[in-house]
Amino acid sequence: MFYREAGDFHTTYKDDNQTFPIKFDRIRYYVVLAVAFGVIPFLINDYWANAVFVPFLIYAIAAIGLNILTGYCGQVSLGTGGFMAVGAYACYKLMTAFPEVSIVFHLIGAGFVTAGVGVLFGLPSLRIKGFYLAVATLAAQFFLVWLFNKVPWFYNYSASGQINAPERTVFGMAVTGPNTEAWAKYMICLVFLTVLAWIARNLTRGTVGRSWMAIRDMDIAAEIIGVNPLRAKLTAFAVSSFFVGIAGALFFSVYLGAVEVGEAFGINKSFLVLFMIIIGGLGSIFGSLAGAAFLVLLPVLLKNILVGGLGWPIDIAAHMELIIVGGLIVVFLIAEPHGLAQLWKIGKEKLRLWPFPH
Amino acid sequence: MSVEQMTTTGVPAEPYVTADGRQIGNVLMEMKNITLRFGGVVAISDISFDIREGEIRAIIGPNGAGKSSMLNVISGFYVPTEGEVWFRGSKRPQMKPYQVAQQGLARTFQNIALFKGMSTLDNIMTGRMTRMKTNMLQQAMWWGKAQKEEGEHREAVEKIIDFLEIQAIRKTPVGRLPYGLQKRVELGRALAAEPDILLLDEPMAGMNVEEKEDMSRFILDVNDEFGTTIALIEHDMGVVMDLSDRVVVMDYGRKIGDGTPDEVRNNQEVIDAYLGVEHD
Repeated sequence: MFYREAGDFHTTYKDDNQTFPIKFDRIRYYVVLAVAFGVIPFLINDYWANAVFVPFLIYAIAAIGLNILTGYCGQVSLGTGGFMAVGAYACYKLMTAFPEVSIVFHLIGAGFVTAGVGVLFGLPSLRIKGFYLAVATLAAQFFLVWLFNKVPWFYNYSASGQINAPERTVFGMAVTGPNTEAWAKYMICLVFLTVLAWIARNLTRGTVGRSWMAIRDMDIAAEIIGVNPLRAKLTAFAVSSFFVGIAGALFFSVYLGAVEVGEAFGINKSFLVLFMIIIGGLGSIFGSLAGAAFLVLLPVLLKNILVGGLGWPIDIAAHMELIIVGGLIVVFLIAEPHGLAQLWKIGKEKLRLWPFPH
Repeated sequence: MSVEQMTTTGVPAEPYVTADGRQIGNVLMEMKNITLRFGGVVAISDISFDIREGEIRAIIGPNGAGKSSMLNVISGFYVPTEGEVWFRGSKRPQMKPYQVAQQGLARTFQNIALFKGMSTLDNIMTGRMTRMKTNMLQQAMWWGKAQKEEGEHREAVEKIIDFLEIQAIRKTPVGRLPYGLQKRVELGRALAAEPDILLLDEPMAGMNVEEKEDMSRFILDVNDEFGTTIALIEHDMGVVMDLSDRVVVMDYGRKIGDGTPDEVRNNQEVIDAYLGVEHD
């Protein structure tokens, strides 16, 4: 009833190419943005920021990054944790080396450093595909974590081997360090996610995105119609690593504040982000956001129900949580292998016709 | 070059008129003594022929004759063991398939090689890859130039969509389309590159009569309206003889005939290859 495209005519190709071609979608999108920027910052408290919003926003950036590589370009990567670590350590080195420069530039710089490292580890993709490439990126994961543990220069020779984010401000408000307000953490992550998601959308709908998808779907045909596979794959690695690096930098500086590389950026992190895009939907920006929200919210929700609602002991609840999340992922993949994004799409199709489906 | 000079194929280098009155244009591409070996297997042995401007050139032959290998050599996918490929009057250096595409060659595949996850529109837009000029930064911002370019190319692609009569499936993922339409989309993708030479690898394989007629009409229209030179491989003899201006016949990697459909039809070697030879 309320979800109609009748009367919504597109008379130019530009109109037809919009991200949200249906007016209702467009309005909803602006409403979501308005709430995210105008309402949530005033209501947010430390618990909501640290347990839900900040991890969601940061994982969403990482998931978009990995989705560009795996979902759009078809190159499986298990090195996400390692690349997040590169972002974190690059950010740390930049923060301590140039304390007078704004943190925003450090974060972006960390993204570029990670992009470079990503391209380097992306080189094997020119020769190997599929599972074999996944193993090659796994090597990146272990090598990078080892490197940051082994070479003291990366953690500025600190005794603990950890890196700690010093206090940095944006427009006079602290965004890193112990004195950060909840809304400031939330805002900086939100701004980064919004801008990066917009960039990801622009890249994936244009020539670059088409060359990635062409390589994913049929690499031989792609090459024969003029896609340079070297360029396509390496740009995918670069852009993906750029996103993942910024996510890692935010994860370290804004969210955790202090990081020990093996713990924060281990292989678990790689799998977590990979699950996010598989559950959310490969090859979809919305899917990345949905997958990140699902895997961040579900444990929090289960914990609240099991511990808060049913009064179970915390250790049993923690184990149950793993079992339930794992089970749900399996059920989910059997029921809808294309992820939440596909469910959302089907739901929208149904709504278009509702209440007269024939 | 004077009329007396002959190309390696034994026909004049200059435009000429065949016995049955077909206008044959200038040489666009020339294969000179192409040999292709895979280890001990000789897929193509010492084949020379040319492709002239504006013609429909068919390559036919029984299964395993080396037709597809020949097409792969032309599109740069295989590097010939011996021999040279000449394009527009100069020898083509060894190059990657995507560089060959940039030179103005486009092709379709025997087994459909579309990008299954993408819509019809995106598939055909990908065909214009070689003509897109904006860089990644401009695209990331989606300002002015990138958006304008997208619009311009969309217009060209819409013309092809109209031409092939596939407006209704514009936004459908091609994986969901029936076989005949997929073949048509693949032709569209190749056309989108506005190639000088269009290579078609069995464009009518697996089609029913009606679909074949449609496809034949599209091929003739492409040749007529856009003046595109076409080289095609096809098994349906009726189609080949009706469509093509000149035919190359291959058998066991050798060229056994070359000429107009009529000449080829009456060539004894060709008849032997197709109908078999009596052994005493």
